[in-house]
This record gives sequence, structure tokens and C-alpha cells, in this order.
Amino acid sequence: MTSLALTHARFQLLETIRIPIAVFGSAFFPSAAMLAFVVPFVGDNAEYATYATVSMITFSVMTTNLFQHGVGVSEDRAQPWDPYVRTLPAGAMPRFAGRILSGLCLMAVSLVPVVLIAAFLTEATVTAAGFALAAVTTFLIAIPFILMGLAIGYSMPQKAAIVVAQVLFFPLAFLGGLMTGPGMAPGIVEDLAPYLPTGGAARLMWAAVGDFSYDFRSIAALVAWTFVLGGLAVWAYRRDEGRRFS
Amino acid sequence: MTLARAVEVTRRYGDKLALDRVSFDVEAGELVGLLGPNGAGKSTLVNLLTGIRRPTSGRVELFGADPRVPSARRELGVTPQETGLPASLRVGEVVDFVSAHYDNPLPKGELLERFGLSDLVRRQTGGLSGGEKRRVAVALAFVGRPRMIFLDEPTTGLDVQARRMLWDGIRSYSAEGGTVVLTSHYLEEIEALARRVVVIGGGRVLADDTVGAVRGLVAVRRVSLTVRAPLPELSGVTGVEREGDRVHLLTGDADQLVRDLVTYEIGFHDLEVRPTSLEEAFLALTREPSPV
Repeated sequence: MTSLALTHARFQLLETIRIPIAVFGSAFFPSAAMLAFVVPFVGDNAEYATYATVSMITFSVMTTNLFQHGVGVSEDRAQPWDPYVRTLPAGAMPRFAGRILSGLCLMAVSLVPVVLIAAFLTEATVTAAGFALAAVTTFLIAIPFILMGLAIGYSMPQKAAIVVAQVLFFPLAFLGGLMTGPGMAPGIVEDLAPYLPTGGAARLMWAAVGDFSYDFRSIAALVAWTFVLGGLAVWAYRRDEGRRFS
Repeated sequence: MTLARAVEVTRRYGDKLALDRVSFDVEAGELVGLLGPNGAGKSTLVNLLTGIRRPTSGRVELFGADPRVPSARRELGVTPQETGLPASLRVGEVVDFVSAHYDNPLPKGELLERFGLSDLVRRQTGGLSGGEKRRVAVALAFVGRPRMIFLDEPTTGLDVQARRMLWDGIRSYSAEGGTVVLTSHYLEEIEALARRVVVIGGGRVLADDTVGAVRGLVAVRRVSLTVRAPLPELSGVTGVEREGDRVHLLTGDADQLVRDLVTYEIGFHDLEVRPTSLEEAFLALTREPSPV
């Protein structure tokens, strides 16, 4: 079971790496956003720059997973290879796990330039322990967004998936408080954000690198989101029958 | 022992009826051909039996279990559509990927050797010719040492030599006790391999018989003639089309029809006898015989 998940992950990575522009594409956006927004506006304030960097990491964790899985899966489902794979004696789990693993690898690649930009072009600082904690947290907060992407990818056709991913990511980012530092968002966002997957994820990241304290109600909400999105993803996979027409 | 079974299976896509209360059994060791024109419901039936889709109503079984349960598919082999191989992966990688799903797969070298693919192992599937892709697709059905395989149009687009090689491979698998379900819209391909033919049209089983019996049913000829006078009642005519003076008659027995035309002393000219496509034969099969 686990080795089958690794097999799925390995082949998905192989397919992606054979088209290198795809890797470049997912690395470009977060680095460009760092250079355009974080470096010029808060780059010289250590505290703000650190929070902004992990907010940006949260933001790109959301977007890369939402697009990679939401759009990627619905694209794959349109390929005739997909129904064939469904005739192999394996259920949803190895494919899900394989996708998640390969998605995490690509996400890590896309975050390297963000971290480098923060380290060399801003005053952002973090302790070694904080860095390690933030790295672990990054992988944890990716899970709900991967599941959100999979739920979108398995439940709708490609064109709809692109639109839904685009429509979701901005309000999620704004209402989750990713556009502003801790405690600086408009009131409604401050009240709502802890209970959104983006806000919950950002709070975990802030707590990992700064003095921000863990909010257990927010963590509980994030865990609940993860289960709901996981349920949705499995449901969408099971009801999916590939292309509708023979 | 019944390896695959459909009982009163109906499948709809929205308001389109793709299968209409179809019942179908495959016994161990059989080599069954599923014959029908495009859109007849063959692929839908195969998709239900291989666990890709679920029926709207009725029941499907594979090795006695629900084909949507992964363990029911352990001894199943299926061909992907050759256009669907992941273009950026190499042939050897695609085989490795599929092998990883089975407990006791055929060794890669042996599989590639058997299907004449050894030289292609390092090639990306996107760069293969249509015939090479088809051979890879058929080979993938055999990776897991299956007890039953579903082959979809296995030799369409292959040259004569490659086709013979594949046919030999399928025959020897069958001779060793393997069970084969073959879909095609060419009678010739099914004739070359299958003993039993199930004819599907308009979502229903139109015939389930030996190859010989079905050949008589679908080997419809089109007899065309130009004639002024109205034609008398002719036996064995299953369809009539008129274009001015030109009349096209569809029949299973063109020889008898021509003899009758001569016997009735009908003043026809420009007589033409042509085989029909399977699509035309099916239209004739499913249409009420119309008076001339």
C-alpha cells in the first residue's frame, strides 16, 4: 500500500519533471509576489517581514495545491489513461497519497526561492528551531489545501475547476488575513479568519516563527476543515466516473 | 464458473440510454467477441464490468464480486486506449507502473519480449507510432498474469504482420485457459479469434451466438439497381432506400435476391452488389422490415 503510493508519487513527479516549465511556473508566482509586495513594503522591519514571509508561504501553499490538484486532477481525468488506471487493482488511497506526496515535493521546490528571497533581501529572521518548526508546519498546513484541490479536481470538469480555484483563492487569502499582519486586518476578518483554513494555517505559521501564541479553537477548526475536505475529496473520487460520455 | 456477469443492467448518461436491461455472462475459458457499431453500448458494458462506472440499475459481478472493489480486479487485465498512454513516460516506466499494482507480475523483460517491444523500452510513449502504442496497450493487459482480459479493438490500425502476432498471442493465452472478452466493430477481427459473439446495438443484446450464426445475421449486402416499374414483394429484403429510379435493397442473401429479380423478369439495369458496413447492417437488423 505505502510502496504503491510511492510508485504513484514517483511517476507523477517523473511526468512533471519531463516538462520543466511546469516546475518553473509553480515556483515563479510566490517569488514574484515576494519581490513585488514583501521586499519593498515591509522588508526592513524584521518582525513584519518574518510574518509576511510566512503569510506568503501560506498563500503559495494554498495556491500551488489548489491549482496543482484542482486543475491537474480534472485535466488528468479527461485523459483516456485515467479510466485505465481505475481498472488496476488499487483503490483511491494509493493514488491520493501519491498525488499528495508529489504535490508536496513540487511545493517544496516552489518555496525554496521564497525562503532565499526572505533571507537575503529582507530583515526577516528566524531561529533554527523556528525554521524547523515552520518547515514541519508548512507540510501540515498543505494537507487541507491538497484535499480542497482534490475535491475540486474530482468533482468538476477542467474549465469549471480552473474558475472555481481562481474564485476561491482570493477571498480565502483575504478573509484568512494573509494580506495583512497578525492583528492588523479589518475587524470582520480578525473575527472570521481563525476559523477559515487559510487563517488557521497562517496562525500556525506565525506561531512557528514569532511570538504569536497558538489558538486552540483555530487549530480545532483547521482539523475539522481537514476532515471535511478529506471527506469531500473521497466522496468526489468515488462518484467520479471519468468522462461522462463513452 | 462465471467470471463476469451482468444481470438486467441499465446505464443512462443523463437522459441518454446507453444500456437497456442487458444480461451477459462470461464463463471461464471463453473467448467472447462483443460486436457492435460505435455508440452501441459495448464500451459502456465493458466499463461496468471492469469497475470504471457503476450501473444505473441491475447488477454487475467480476469474479463473483463488485468490480468497483479493488480486490475484485486482481486477476483482471484491461487494455488502455492507445491514445491515452502517458506521453512523457518511457515504455519501460509505464510497464513498471502497472506492474507495481500486482502481487506477481510478469517480469518486464518477458512481457516486452512476448509483444516484440524489447527495442522500445527506453522510448517515450508519446513518440511511438500508432501500431507501437497499440502493442504496448495490449501488452499492459497481460502484466498482472490475469485470468481474464478485456481487449478493446486490439488490432485496429496494425499492419498485417503485427496483427497476426497479436492474434497469436491472444490465441495462446486462450489456449492456456485464459478468458478473453474482445470488443470490435469489425466482424473480421472477431471472426479470427472468438467462438462466441455477442452483438450489441442500441444498448441491447441483439444476438448471442456462434460466429457462423452471427455472420449470417450481420453480413448484410446492399443490392442497388435502376428500375422504372414498381418492385414486387421480395423475400429477405430488410431495408429499401430510393433515390429517383435508383433502388437500394438491403438483404442477408444477395444471391437469392438477384435470382428472384431475374425470375420476376424485372427490367433492371446497373446492378451492383456491395457489402455493407456494420453500421448499415445494424440499422437493417433493428428496423422493422418495410414493404417495397
